[in-house]
Amino acid sequence: MTPDAGGVDAVIDALTAVFLVLGALMSLTATIGLLRFPDLMSRMHAATKPQVLGLFLLLVAIGLQMRQWWVWPVLVVAWIFQLLTVPVSAHMVGRAGYRTKHLHPELLSVDELEAVVRRSANDPGEPGSAVELDNVLGLGETGDGALRGTAGQNLDDRGDGRGDQGESKG
Amino acid sequence: MKDVVLIVTAVVLTVAAAGAIVRIAVGPSLLDRVLASDVLLGIVGAALAIDMAVNRHLNNLFLLVALTLIGFIGSVTVARFVADRRGQANDS
Amino acid sequence: MSRKPISLRTELPLLIWLVIVWGALWRDFSPGNLLFGALIALVVARIFYLPPVELSGRFNVLRAVPFALVFLAKVVAASFQVIFLAVVKGPKVVNAVVEVPLRSHSDLMVTATGHVLSLIPGSLVVEVDRSTSTLYIHGLDIRDEADAAGLRKEVQDTEAGLIRIMGTKAELAALEAETAPPRAATKGETP
Repeated sequence: MTPDAGGVDAVIDALTAVFLVLGALMSLTATIGLLRFPDLMSRMHAATKPQVLGLFLLLVAIGLQMRQWWVWPVLVVAWIFQLLTVPVSAHMVGRAGYRTKHLHPELLSVDELEAVVRRSANDPGEPGSAVELDNVLGLGETGDGALRGTAGQNLDDRGDGRGDQGESKG
Repeated sequence: MKDVVLIVTAVVLTVAAAGAIVRIAVGPSLLDRVLASDVLLGIVGAALAIDMAVNRHLNNLFLLVALTLIGFIGSVTVARFVADRRGQANDS
Repeated sequence: MSRKPISLRTELPLLIWLVIVWGALWRDFSPGNLLFGALIALVVARIFYLPPVELSGRFNVLRAVPFALVFLAKVVAASFQVIFLAVVKGPKVVNAVVEVPLRSHSDLMVTATGHVLSLIPGSLVVEVDRSTSTLYIHGLDIRDEADAAGLRKEVQDTEAGLIRIMGTKAELAALEAETAPPRAATKGETP
C-alpha cells in the first residue's frame, strides 16, 4: 500500500483494506460456525462456504494492489483450484459423516437418504457390476423414477464398506 | 492505513486460528478435527494472501494453491479411511 | 493403448485450461510462452491419457455470464447465512437430507451441479447415486416440508441453469418442453 496516496490510489487502497478485513473476517466466520453449530453436517457448511468467499476477497485485494493485468488470470486459476477442491472434500467428509452416523437424527426434519440406506442393507441379493451397468444403460431411456427401487442397491455397490451401515440402524 | 489493516487482520486471524485449534482439541469425532484443521489451513492461506496484498508480491501464490491441494488430499484421504474403518467396526 | 483417440475438439477445453495454468505458473502470458505451453499441453494430453469428459459441444456464453454473477452473489450470501445462523438465530439449527432427482444423466452435469450446490447457501451434497443421477442434499436450516420443497426447487433450478449453459441439445429440448407451459419457451439458443 502506498503511504499518503491521493486520488485513484487512495480509493484502491481503501477498497483493498475493506477486502482484506472482510476476507480475514470470513475465516473468523468459519471458526465461529465451527464452534457453535451442534452437529458435524452444519459445521461442514460453516467450514466450506466462508473459506471460498474469504479467499476470493483476498485475491481481489492482491489483484487491486498489484496493478498488472497478467495477475488476474493467475488469481483466477488459484481461485478456481479452490472452487474445484472444496466441494469435493466437503462431500467426502460429509459422506463419511453420514455413513458413520455423525449426524444427529433429532436435528433433521427430513431424511430421505436413510430409507434408501436401510432398503439397500436389507436387500440380500446384491447385483453384480454387469447388472448395475444394465440399470445405468436402461435408465438413460426410461428417465426419472422408473428404477428408483434400484437406487439403494447401486449405492451399496461401491465397495467401500457401505453395506454395514444399516444393520445397526434397522 | 497499512499498519491498521495489518493489525486488524492479524488479530482476527489469530482469534480464528485459536477457535479452530479449540475445535481440533475438543472435536468429538475425527471428522470434526479434519474439518477444523482444514479451516486452520485456510487461515494460514489467508495470512499468506494478506502478506502478498500488503507487501505487493506474488511469491506465496503457489504456496497458497499447494495448501489448497494439500488440504483437499488430506481431508479426502481421512474421510475415506474413516468410512472404511467404521464399516468394519460395525461388522464385529 | 487400445482406446480410440480423442478428437481435438473434445480436448480443446482441457488444452486451453492447461495453457492458462502454464501461463499462470510462469506468470508470463507472452505469445511464445503460451505457444510452448500449448505444445506441452498437447504432449501431456497424449501421454497421460484420461477418460475423456463427455462435453456436449455447446457452450452458451450469454447464459454463462449471468449465471456466474448470480453464483458469485450466492457465494457471498452463503457466508452471511452461515454467520447469521451461527450467531443470531442461535446455533441450534434443524437440517434435512433431501433426495433430488436430476434431469441430466451426464457425469459432467451431475458433477457441475453438485459443485455449484455445495457453494451456494444452505446445501451440501452428501451422497450421489450415479445410476439414477440422484443427489442427496444436506440442507442447512430446513425446518419443514415447505423448506425442503424450496431446496428441491433450488437444486433443479441450478441444474436448469447449467443445462442452458452447456447441456446437450436433447437435455435442452427436454427442459424447454418442461418449462414451456408456464412461460414461453426462450428461443435463440445457438449451439
